[in-house]
Amino acid sequence: MNAIEVTGLKKSYGSVHAVRGIDLRIATGEIFALLGPNGAGKTTTVEILAGFRTRDSGDVLVLGFDPCVRGHAARKWRNHLGIVLQSTSDSGDLTVIETIQHFSGYYSNPRKVDEVINAVGLDEKANSLIRKLSGGQRRRFDVALGIIGNPKLLFLDEPTTGFDPQARRAFWTVIKELRGNGATILLTTHYLDEAEALADRVAVISDGLILEISTPSELGGRSTSSALVSWRDGKVVNSQATDNPTAFVTQLSVEFNGEIPELTITRPSLEDIYLTMIGMVHE
Amino acid sequence: MSEIPSALALGLRRGGLEIRQFSRQRESVVFTLLFPVILLAIFGSVFKNTIAPGVTFSQYFVAGMIASALVNTGFQALAITIPLERDFGTLKRLRGTPMPASSYFIGKAILVTVSMVVQILMLLGFGIIFFGLDMPTDVSKWFTFFWLTLLGSACSTALGIAFSVVPKSGRGASAVVSPLVIILQFFSGVFFIFTQLPPWMQQIAAIFPLKWLTQGMRSVFLPDSFAGQEVAKSWETGRTFSILILWLAIGVFFSIRKFRWDRD
Repeated sequence: MNAIEVTGLKKSYGSVHAVRGIDLRIATGEIFALLGPNGAGKTTTVEILAGFRTRDSGDVLVLGFDPCVRGHAARKWRNHLGIVLQSTSDSGDLTVIETIQHFSGYYSNPRKVDEVINAVGLDEKANSLIRKLSGGQRRRFDVALGIIGNPKLLFLDEPTTGFDPQARRAFWTVIKELRGNGATILLTTHYLDEAEALADRVAVISDGLILEISTPSELGGRSTSSALVSWRDGKVVNSQATDNPTAFVTQLSVEFNGEIPELTITRPSLEDIYLTMIGMVHE
Repeated sequence: MSEIPSALALGLRRGGLEIRQFSRQRESVVFTLLFPVILLAIFGSVFKNTIAPGVTFSQYFVAGMIASALVNTGFQALAITIPLERDFGTLKRLRGTPMPASSYFIGKAILVTVSMVVQILMLLGFGIIFFGLDMPTDVSKWFTFFWLTLLGSACSTALGIAFSVVPKSGRGASAVVSPLVIILQFFSGVFFIFTQLPPWMQQIAAIFPLKWLTQGMRSVFLPDSFAGQEVAKSWETGRTFSILILWLAIGVFFSIRKFRWDRD
C-alpha cells in the first residue's frame, strides 16, 4: 500500500490558485522531496496532506485515511503521523526534556525520550529551557517532537533551515535511520543538496503544478545530459561539453602524453537542473 | 501496541504542564495574581466610609473583587493567552498530534481553577486582615459561595475560550480584552456601588455575568440586611443561577463550534 495517494488535488484561496491539480503516489518506506520556489504550493500541499487545511477537490489518502477525518478516527490517524512544520515562537518556559516527555504521552507507542533527544543531538541541552536554545537547536527540538510518537509517516517542512553544515549532516543520518525503521518521509526543502542526499524521488512544483517527478540523478534528463570537461593547456583553461566524456578524456590523455593538468569532469548539478526547470516556467 | 491515552488523562497531564509553564512566567504571575490585591489595598484604604449599617465600602469592594477574580483568571487570562498561543504556532503543533481539543480545554480549566483558588485565598486573607471582611458562619452561605465559584469560573473559562477567536492577533488581544473587562467591572458595581450607577449602565451590566457574580458574592459576604439595598430588594439567587447557566451554555457552544488552532 502507498503511504500517500493524491489524485487531482486542487486548492484556491480566493482568486489565487495555490494548487492546480496534483497527482502523487508515495510508497511506504520512501523518502520523497517536494522542491519548488516560495509560493509554488509546497506548504499548501503538505498542510492538506497533514490535515491542517481542507481541499477544494481531488482524492487524498494518507496512511489509508482521508486527512479530513474527525473525532476518534482522527486521533488514531494522527497517532501514526509526525509533523514538523515551521517552528513555534512561544516564550519557551519548559525544558527540552519536559516538553518531549509530555508529548510522548500523547501517543500509544512512543519512542524513548532519551533516545530521541540523543538522535537529534540535544543530550547536553536536555535540561535547558527551550528559550535558551539557538535557532538550529530549536529546529532539532522541533524534529524531536515530530519523531517522538514513532511515526509511520513524517512530514518535514524545511527541516534544516538555520542548521550549520555539521548539524545538517547529523540530521540526515537521523532521517535515514527513521527510513531504515520503515517510516515514510515527505520532505520539502530549499536545499538541493539535501534533496540529493536524502530523497529516493523528488517532485518539482511550480505555480501549483508538478513539473516532473523523478529520482534526483535522473531529474530533467540529468543523467544523460552532456558533461563538461575542463583542463589547463599552458596558461589557458579550456572546456568542452561532450556526450562521451570518457572517449574525450582518453584522447586528451594521449595528447598530453599522460596526466592532464587540472582535469575536471562535471555534469549539471541538481541545482542547475532545478533552476533551469523553474526558469523555463517563469519565462 | 497499547491504546491511545484517554482525553481525560491527557487533559490532566496538560493541566500540570500549563501550571508549570504559568508559574515560570513571573510577569504574568505577578500581573494576574498580585494586581487585584494591590487594587484592593488602594481602594480599601481610600474609601473607608460606611455604606449601610454594619457594612463598609471595603467589604462591598472585596465581594466585587472576588467576583472579578473569576473573570480575571478565566475569561481575561484565556482570551489573551490563547490568541498568543495561536500566533506562536503552539496550537498548530498540538493540532498535529493525537491530543484532542477536549484535553486542551481540560488543561486550561485546571490552570484557571488553580490560579482562581490562589487569587481568591489572597483576596480573602487580605480582606479579613486589613478590611474587616466577615467570613460567613452560615452553612447555606458557604454553599452559595461554592456553587457560585464553580459555576462562575466554568462560565468564565468557556467564554474565555470562545472569545479567543475574536482578537485578530495575539499581540492585540490584551488591548481588546483588558479594557472590556475593566469597563464591565465599572458597569457591574465592582468599583462603585451598583445602585448608585446610572440606570442605563445597570441595564447593560445586567446582561453580562459579572454583575450577577458580584451580587452573588455580596449575598455571601455581606449581612442579609443589605439585600434590601440591592436593585430588586433581594439577592436574586435563583435568577443569578439561571443567568450563569445560560452564559455557560453560550460559552461551551461557541468554544466547540468556533475554536481555531490556526491563524488563517
